[in-house]
Amino acid sequence: MSATDTLEVDPALRTVDVTFRLHRYNPETDAAPHWEDYVVACLPTDRVLTVLQKIKDEIDGTLTFRRSCAHGICGSDAMRINGRNRLACKTLVKDLNVRKPVTVEAIKGLPLEKDMVVDMEPFFEAYREVLPFLIPDGHEPTRERLQSAEDRATFDDTTKCILCACCTTSCPVFWTDSQYFGPAAIVGAHRFIFDSRDAGSAQRLEILNSKEGVWRCRTTFNCTDACPRGIEVTKAIQEVKRALIFKG
Amino acid sequence: MSETLPGSADIEPDDLKAARVPVPPQAIAPALAQPRSKRSGRSNFELYSWIFMRVSGIVLVFLVLGHLLIMNILDGGVQRINFAFVAGRWSSPFWQVWDLLQLWLAMLHGTNGLRTVINDYAEKPRTRFWLQTILYVAAVFTVVLGTLVIFTFDPSIG
Ligand code: SF4
Ligand code: SF4
Ligand code: FES
Repeated sequence: MSATDTLEVDPALRTVDVTFRLHRYNPETDAAPHWEDYVVACLPTDRVLTVLQKIKDEIDGTLTFRRSCAHGICGSDAMRINGRNRLACKTLVKDLNVRKPVTVEAIKGLPLEKDMVVDMEPFFEAYREVLPFLIPDGHEPTRERLQSAEDRATFDDTTKCILCACCTTSCPVFWTDSQYFGPAAIVGAHRFIFDSRDAGSAQRLEILNSKEGVWRCRTTFNCTDACPRGIEVTKAIQEVKRALIFKG
Repeated sequence: MSETLPGSADIEPDDLKAARVPVPPQAIAPALAQPRSKRSGRSNFELYSWIFMRVSGIVLVFLVLGHLLIMNILDGGVQRINFAFVAGRWSSPFWQVWDLLQLWLAMLHGTNGLRTVINDYAEKPRTRFWLQTILYVAAVFTVVLGTLVIFTFDPSIG
């Protein structure tokens, strides 16, 4: 009667008990964040997000985290999983070492509000400051603004950003200097700086030329490693540096 | 079904304030130009310092490796170095310029490197300020003293 009756279940898909070590913090009752362990029966194909939801539904309803799409598109569930910034909805249990407890904590460098939830405002503030929108010039055109495929390709990579903050909160420079624009804002600026239809490049380059701009980057590639969209973040930052040096 | 969706444009900040759940201020007014901190005027200082690090690094590779080769390996190496050897070298403007360039580039390169290390690791502005002050004083002292010695070196005091 239901579709599940006819589904063949792979015998390899047995559940395993996995310990999840969550960094918990409730500002109303806790003086400081602390670790807490939860044992959950997981399928190898489970996502960390599913596991967190299970803990919230079945063990402790006070567990707090952000999620929306659960499909790697909204960028709301960036977390530090086993010490690496990942989207919980794109991280499968089978890709983690389950012989040891799996640690999950909030991303670093932004003010912690509760459990996995941080205040994203400083992150978006930096993003807004690089003018992440098309600045046209001349008269309003009567037809669409055309662009060649080659021109489009120059910034294709940076159009993929979902503003999850995985990159910025993996950046060692940002950890100690919250005034650094951070990789995500630079990616957002890159998206328009190299757009042939845009006329605001000089302004954005000027902003990123400031003391807390691209020159703070140490080329450590943490951001590139962290990006769940596979954006070559460090490369984009280097392209902005190059544009600044050769802008003439 | 209502025609207009209750979009954010219909919600007055006062409505939100009256709501049961306390609304954080940024949910009411996403200030577009919210100041992170005043951006310090336009200056290409960081750009030039970035380029300087690359260029001086490359030049220093040749200067320092050449220096080490001459001082430690070529005919007799370190054993032959004495006052007379140094005096002989510095009587030639070529070696004076070489050593001067080496001193200035190495000091500026190193100081700038430490400046960024302090920026990266010192979290409090006050710590940053004092560490950098000590750094600059030490750098200026070394550069001035070194330059003075290269130019005022008197071989007759030997
Ligand atoms: S490459 Fe630059 S922006 Fe990326 S993590 Fe390293 S220092 Fe930060
Ligand atoms: S560049 Fe990648 S890691 Fe950074 S915010 Fe965008 S999608 Fe997230
Ligand atoms: S929940 Fe939307 S990206 Fe993970």
